[in-house]
Amino acid sequence: MKRVTLALTLALAPVLASVGAQAETLKTVKDRGMLACGVSQGLPGFSNPDDKGNWTGLDVDVCRAIAAAIFNDPTKVKFVPLSAKDRFTALQSGEVDVLSRNTTWTLSRDTSLGANFAGITYYDGQGFMVKKSLKVNSALELNSASVCVQTGTTTEQNLADYFKANKMKYEVIAFAGADETVKAYESGRCDVFTTDVSGLYAERLKLANPADHVVLPEVISKEPLGPMVRHGDDQWFDIVKWTLFGLVTAEEMGVTQANVDEMAKSDKPDFKRAFGTDGNLGEQLGLTKDWFSRIVKAVGNYGEMYDRNVGANSKLQIARGLNQLWNKGGLQYAPPIR
Amino acid sequence: MLGGKAGWNGIILQILFVAVLVWVGYEIVANARSNLAAQRITSGFGFLNNTAGFDVNQALISYTGSDSYSRVLVVGILNTLLVSVIGIVMATILGFLVALGRLSPNALLSRVSGAYVELIRNLPLLFQILFWYLAVLAALPGPRQSISLFSTFFLNNRGFIVPRPIEEPGLTPFLIALGVAIVASLGLRFYARRELFLRGHAMRIWPYVLGMLVGLPLVAMLVSGVPVAFEVPVLKGFNFAGGSRIIPELVALTLALTMYTASFIAEVVRAGILSVHKGQMEAGLSLGLGRGTVLRLIVVPQALRVILPPLTNQYLNLTKNSSLAVAIGYPDLVSVFAGTTMSQTGQAIEIIGITMGVYLALSLITSAIMSFYSWRLGKRLGA
Repeated sequence: MKRVTLALTLALAPVLASVGAQAETLKTVKDRGMLACGVSQGLPGFSNPDDKGNWTGLDVDVCRAIAAAIFNDPTKVKFVPLSAKDRFTALQSGEVDVLSRNTTWTLSRDTSLGANFAGITYYDGQGFMVKKSLKVNSALELNSASVCVQTGTTTEQNLADYFKANKMKYEVIAFAGADETVKAYESGRCDVFTTDVSGLYAERLKLANPADHVVLPEVISKEPLGPMVRHGDDQWFDIVKWTLFGLVTAEEMGVTQANVDEMAKSDKPDFKRAFGTDGNLGEQLGLTKDWFSRIVKAVGNYGEMYDRNVGANSKLQIARGLNQLWNKGGLQYAPPIR
Repeated sequence: MLGGKAGWNGIILQILFVAVLVWVGYEIVANARSNLAAQRITSGFGFLNNTAGFDVNQALISYTGSDSYSRVLVVGILNTLLVSVIGIVMATILGFLVALGRLSPNALLSRVSGAYVELIRNLPLLFQILFWYLAVLAALPGPRQSISLFSTFFLNNRGFIVPRPIEEPGLTPFLIALGVAIVASLGLRFYARRELFLRGHAMRIWPYVLGMLVGLPLVAMLVSGVPVAFEVPVLKGFNFAGGSRIIPELVALTLALTMYTASFIAEVVRAGILSVHKGQMEAGLSLGLGRGTVLRLIVVPQALRVILPPLTNQYLNLTKNSSLAVAIGYPDLVSVFAGTTMSQTGQAIEIIGITMGVYLALSLITSAIMSFYSWRLGKRLGA
């Protein structure tokens, strides 16, 4: 019943909160002196606490970048770990200011949940992982398999669609937490574990013997992951959105954590606009003129964030793929800062 | 008189109090509605007719991903009920046995029962559920190395797979014969008790009852063929096809709930039995009755009056505790409805409201049944 009580508290929060407070997220955050950021309960590469309680990951860096833009201090973030099924209620009720928790952008989430997606931080897709010993080479060979999945995700519905479309039977076992799901898969309760491909690589690291498991080649869905904010506060929506665009723009411009101070002195007009030495774009956002350099100083540009958390310099070693910049064959693209 | 001594003043105060309550309730609803509308969060119960789009691994009624959320609700309620009913029956039996064991003059039996109670009731339930789930799973082989019994029953980490009965033409006559036998047996019992009470004439009826219960359906089978055929499960691909399957999540959850609640019921029952004066037992024994007979006919019926109210509490606890199912992937009401459905639709207020309503209804029904039983017992004991 503990879960019901928690959900009830979350559900009742918007009942008691007044309408006015919802519309001024930036002020609320500043008054609190902290950004409340909803993250996962532990997914390596995206949001994962270490043994000292320090959070790292791509989604975590997004939170830190927003905090840096507001406070010039990336540590002013309170991370709120949320299960997949509790995350939206936490955002709706004002428990968190932004939900940066490997969440797939879909139409119904964008509308009926009362939330907006601020952009796409990671282009993902759903895949399957099986034990090598099963000698399965394709997801189409999975007829009659038992599949472990985390409840409250798009994964659950994609799974149903995929098996139905391919006229295959399966048994689904849905768990509330990611850890329970992986444990059940490891114990042999299921033949298959399914989630976003990035998640498969991340969870595989937690298994006793990662080399015994293989990720199948099929990617059965589009899973664009990004941070969410509540409806009804356009200024806050803009801040989160342009923090993401700032990160991508920094990579386009070649601005890194190491050279940001030097680059800020550049005479190029687009650099001057971004760094706030010309005009007041940052103030139009409700931030300060130096918002752009604050972000890059705190977490680096998008490429640095990617490499550090999920890419070449991380344990996950996931290639850039779709997450490469648009002018290098990927999909990451930011509107101009001007 | 309404309002007691205070008279009209009291009545006016009470009316005012109710009015304030109604106003607060209205404000809460109105405020929630306007807040939801301001954030453009969908509200209302229209979502119940939408397609669910996800599958569930145990449904007592036919269910597929193309059914609606309202069907998911029913599937969840039935799964919760299944665990609760099995749990309540088994916990009651186990609880009574442990209580009797603890009160037994046999030192070993009494110590073992005492140790059971103290161990089980002091460990968190969630921990016990996870323990049984992982212990059960770890001990069982995969589907391809199943433990098989006569090649018809199979046990593996996907569950216990048994042949599934399929209806044959002989089923209707078989059921009619069985029904006739049951009715006739009840009539015979009624007649025998009347004879005993009115004329003091004891009859031995069980051979006739047994004869009818076995004989009549047997005759029906000989005349119109077998009532059911069995579909034997076979290994096909990753899992067994055909047959019925008891999933390990159900087993682990029922086992943990049963053992946990039984440890509390044992104490309730023990307290009830101890509340009956020991003179009752001594009187019974001195009449030459056996210990078991005295317990059954004299002590337990009196103890039940003390036992029933706290026993009802335990039944309610068990039903509500079954919501911990979500931890091991058993598709109960909280898991499929307050979990998956809620996160897919985002309509927390409606869904939590419905879920609370269902648990409330289940609890009230359980209480009502127990109150009725208690009332009937009271009448029989002449209290």
